[in-house]
Amino acid sequence: MGAIITLSVLGILVLYLGLFKAKNALLPVTLLGLAVALGFTLADWNKEAEPQFSGMVIFDHLALSFTVLSIVVTGLILLLSKEYFTSISKNVAEYYCLILFSLTGAVLVNSYHNFVMLFVGIEIMSVALYILVGIRRTDFASNEAALKYFLMGAFSTGFLLFGITLLYGATGTFDLEGLRAYVMTATEISPLFYGGILLLLCGLCFKVGVAPFHFWTPDVYDGAPILITSFMSTVVKVASFVGFLRLFGTVMVPLSDFWTPVLLTIIIITLFVGNISALMQSSFKRMMAYSSISHAGYMLFAIVALGIESASSILVYATAYSLASVIAFGALILVKRETGSEQFEAFNGLGKRKPLLAAALTVAMLSLAGIPLTAGFVGKFMMFSNVMGTYNVMLLVLAAVNAAIGIYYYLHVVVNMYFRESTADAEQTALPISVNYIVVLGIAALLTLAIGVYPDCLIGILL
Amino acid sequence: MGNIVEQIQGVPLNHYIIFCSIIFAIGVTGVLIRRNVIIIMMSIELMLNSVNLLLAAFSAYRGDPSGQVFVFFVMALAAAEVAVGLAIIIMVYRNTKSLDIESLSKLRW
Repeated sequence: MGAIITLSVLGILVLYLGLFKAKNALLPVTLLGLAVALGFTLADWNKEAEPQFSGMVIFDHLALSFTVLSIVVTGLILLLSKEYFTSISKNVAEYYCLILFSLTGAVLVNSYHNFVMLFVGIEIMSVALYILVGIRRTDFASNEAALKYFLMGAFSTGFLLFGITLLYGATGTFDLEGLRAYVMTATEISPLFYGGILLLLCGLCFKVGVAPFHFWTPDVYDGAPILITSFMSTVVKVASFVGFLRLFGTVMVPLSDFWTPVLLTIIIITLFVGNISALMQSSFKRMMAYSSISHAGYMLFAIVALGIESASSILVYATAYSLASVIAFGALILVKRETGSEQFEAFNGLGKRKPLLAAALTVAMLSLAGIPLTAGFVGKFMMFSNVMGTYNVMLLVLAAVNAAIGIYYYLHVVVNMYFRESTADAEQTALPISVNYIVVLGIAALLTLAIGVYPDCLIGILL
Repeated sequence: MGNIVEQIQGVPLNHYIIFCSIIFAIGVTGVLIRRNVIIIMMSIELMLNSVNLLLAAFSAYRGDPSGQVFVFFVMALAAAEVAVGLAIIIMVYRNTKSLDIESLSKLRW
């Protein structure tokens, strides 16, 4: 609970710092506040998890571990922000404050125990993001992305709310515990409840961006500023997944016969749409957007095969994916600064120009592709073994085919970095990399390798 | 209060469900087929308001106030969303001088 309060107050404090022109204090204060929130979260770890505030939120290990993950990832992203925000806008404080508000929403979604908090959390998270996506006011792509994101976000909220309402109509409660009791004890489940599940599924699928509800994702990820894209594709996406997992893990398990076929169809479409579209991209940023769709598909494996390992496999997968995304987008910022382009060709010859940066990016790409000894492999392995447990061989084969397609486009970047010559003007404009970037990319790359070699440290947390 | 609840209960619950589903469907159709951004936003409001009405009806039938409290959450957050949304629309209008969603097709492939 301390984390939510700290983050909300911190957001307002940062706004005031912007008002009094204390620009240099913004980053230190924000990071300090994040550290305090992290401390509060870790302090709750050994406490008995009980629903607080009349059953509104619960800080169990699921919520706490994902809160830690989102705070750490936000910290890494903000460290990358130092020169980035000042280069695109004069009002830097707004960035920090909106990111913090969005993070608050993500923490609420991680820890909800009542549909009211799910709804409020998702809204806090998204409304802040609508502004962040469109924050480059004169940039046409940014405008278009903001409008699309807003319309699709509001549209999906409508579905989510209608689903919640139908569940309320069937059960008379918004509380997860109450819904669970209804599903366990009711002799006959009301048809309203089934309708509610389907609409809720639609709404949540929109939020996590899986096919066939994915069409906003590539445009929005492409149009938004790079750092905001990295925040969206890591913190926000992971939080929506936790919301998904908590709902289906606590309430919907007895009805799995009803929703498993729907979810299986969604997963298969998502994997193919995400991977095949990513294959055809010429822009690195857009490739990352499509790859985030396919990763969402892999993460849904844990929900379709719900079990005691689901939470820890999502944690491992989400950690691996977030760290790799932070590296990829951080590298993209540096490359774009030098070459002014987001295409794959911009990475040509990076291995010679910036060996360390190229090495970090290689680790990230291998992790996203799921090559052994990186965190991504452990995540994929856990997801696949989840599904293996339920004997869904067909799905496993399709997933393996898709993983193979994925390797091709991730390695495309690596090949460009090491085996292609860089253009002449890219070498002339070579800029030094600031300390912040070295620290963040270094930490993220080392963590990726560490989790890949000793996965037990992360797997054991949620078992 | 009791009087209002009785009045709400004077209409069968199924009628509320069908009525709200129809309004919701009109809203969804509006979002999908209209081209003007303002009209799309109005359709989204229609979707949210059908939800509000249904929540109030369920709440009255069950004699449970939490549904009506939820309506306030929906209203407050819908207002916040519309405030941000209108700002975004104005920003887009300044750059494109158009409210047609078709004019926004720069980001493709």
